[in-house]
Amino acid sequence: MTPKAAIRAEAETLFAAFRAEGAVPVEADILQPAETLLDLYGEDIRARAYVTTDPLRGEMMLRPDFTVPVVQAHMAHGAEPARYCYMGEVFRKQDTAGPRASEYLQVGFELFDRTAPEQADAQVFALFARLLAPLNLRAATGDIGILMAAVRGLSTTDRRKAALLRHIWRPHRFRALLDRFSGRAPMPAARAALLHHLQKDSPEALTLAAGTHVGLRSPEDIAARARALIEDAATPPIAAPEAALLYDLLSLQAPARAALNHLRGITPMLPAIAPAVDRFAARLDALDGFGTDTATLPFEASHGRTSLEYYDGFVFSFHATDPALPPVASGGRYDALTAVLGQGRSIPAVGGVIRPGLVARLKGAV
Amino acid sequence: MLKIGVPSKGRLMEKTFDWFGARGITMRQTGNDREYSGAVEGIDGVELVLLSAGEIPRELSAGRIHLGVTGSDLVRDKLADWPSQVTELAPLGFGHADLIIAVPAAWIDVDTLDDLDAAAAAFRAAHGHRLRIATKYHRLVRDFLTKNGVADYQLVDSQGATEGTVKNLTAEAIADITSTGETLRANHLKVLSDGLVHQSQAVLFLSRNADWTQAERATLAALAARVDVAPPADL
Repeated sequence: MTPKAAIRAEAETLFAAFRAEGAVPVEADILQPAETLLDLYGEDIRARAYVTTDPLRGEMMLRPDFTVPVVQAHMAHGAEPARYCYMGEVFRKQDTAGPRASEYLQVGFELFDRTAPEQADAQVFALFARLLAPLNLRAATGDIGILMAAVRGLSTTDRRKAALLRHIWRPHRFRALLDRFSGRAPMPAARAALLHHLQKDSPEALTLAAGTHVGLRSPEDIAARARALIEDAATPPIAAPEAALLYDLLSLQAPARAALNHLRGITPMLPAIAPAVDRFAARLDALDGFGTDTATLPFEASHGRTSLEYYDGFVFSFHATDPALPPVASGGRYDALTAVLGQGRSIPAVGGVIRPGLVARLKGAV
Repeated sequence: MLKIGVPSKGRLMEKTFDWFGARGITMRQTGNDREYSGAVEGIDGVELVLLSAGEIPRELSAGRIHLGVTGSDLVRDKLADWPSQVTELAPLGFGHADLIIAVPAAWIDVDTLDDLDAAAAAFRAAHGHRLRIATKYHRLVRDFLTKNGVADYQLVDSQGATEGTVKNLTAEAIADITSTGETLRANHLKVLSDGLVHQSQAVLFLSRNADWTQAERATLAALAARVDVAPPADL
């Protein structure tokens, strides 16, 4: 068998396993409108996806994943609850030569269910764990929902919380913001100078004095942000114990049960995370029910924060020993994405993908 | 024959000729000054190829020239994973220019990338589209903004007169090359205090993708000794 045929055979096996779970196969166009993906993921996706131009439809992308078209298909004409599976090529530009493929098969499984999200999380993870068990992979799990709940529970302004939540997937930026909001990083000199001027003059007057106005960002936009900066400067720093808890959470890394105990321990000091921690506990119980050993299952509160920014709850991945290889499988919960794509409607959703190419390679089939 | 690509006109060509001339290698245009052919004297086995500076990165990548003089900005922007394709032999000390991010001077609330990011989020919410940054340096600028965690922007292509895009309402900010900043000021723009994307200058590059036969390696060794640079050990 040629490598491609061996990989396709592996994909067919995985696809059949997903169908055996009652998943309905979905097809997705390879050419996806670029605008939807750019609006979701931002300009970064342009560096990772192949962009091409259609004479009539404008900018299109070779599908970088299936999640968006599958959610769109469900939102357009899906019944509830639903489970879907798919198999097909995805395309990712690679900027450096290495083992990462720029075109590869993905086999995926997605579960849309309102009734018991933690049960659904566990079910998807257990299914992937069972299918991948012969490969002895290292599992990694996380829960972005706990981090988001912690940010929402901070005793600070909504504006600061929104800024932190907006950057929850960009660890570097997130930390810089947290450092500033908690008073650990000094205010930039130019900001201090601006605030000084704003004590004497209105934002409108300062904008006028700064020079001829050009561009679409209006004087009103500028004034609105200047007032936001004045408000922010008058806001006390996030209290040290609260900030310390958040820093602690960012670096939390432990077996899942031990992590739960730790989270239970800090919940009295950060009560806003209680519902998220309860969901985490319910998920672990559900995982136990599916035969996963949660006493040894690795958990990292920050896991999944650098992947495509749509996971907002449970996240998981399965890794081979070679660190140069991408994850063999990955997935998670993306309730918020369904709200963005559903134009007012949403549905709790969890799913994941397997790379049959890596599965075949690890089995020695290619 | 070791082929060396040199910008085909203007100051970059003259300065390159001067740089090699000062090291005993004479380069000159042959025929009249509109004809793109040249000659090299003072060293054997070197052929001069006069090219547009913008095309030299591509020719280095394709291996059609062994050496090339062009801006460090162009190589970084046009070549993916550039260190795997070319090696910097020597910075030449001319052609200095900074690739910077600039916004309207009237934006009193924006001085840093942090401000730009916050302004972009508010702009998107108010105007319904991502904040547009006009540039021709797509890879360099996108990598820089990604590294610095700036979101909610989009790059729009501008191949010239980029400073005018803001006034023409086709972009809200720009990323472009500047040396004195005069054009920026004339177009009511200011540079972000931490908005320096890349400090560019003319560099003598070596193509790792070119066919390096025994003869060309020998010529390279002789040339390297004359201009006092070390050829890469792993070539």
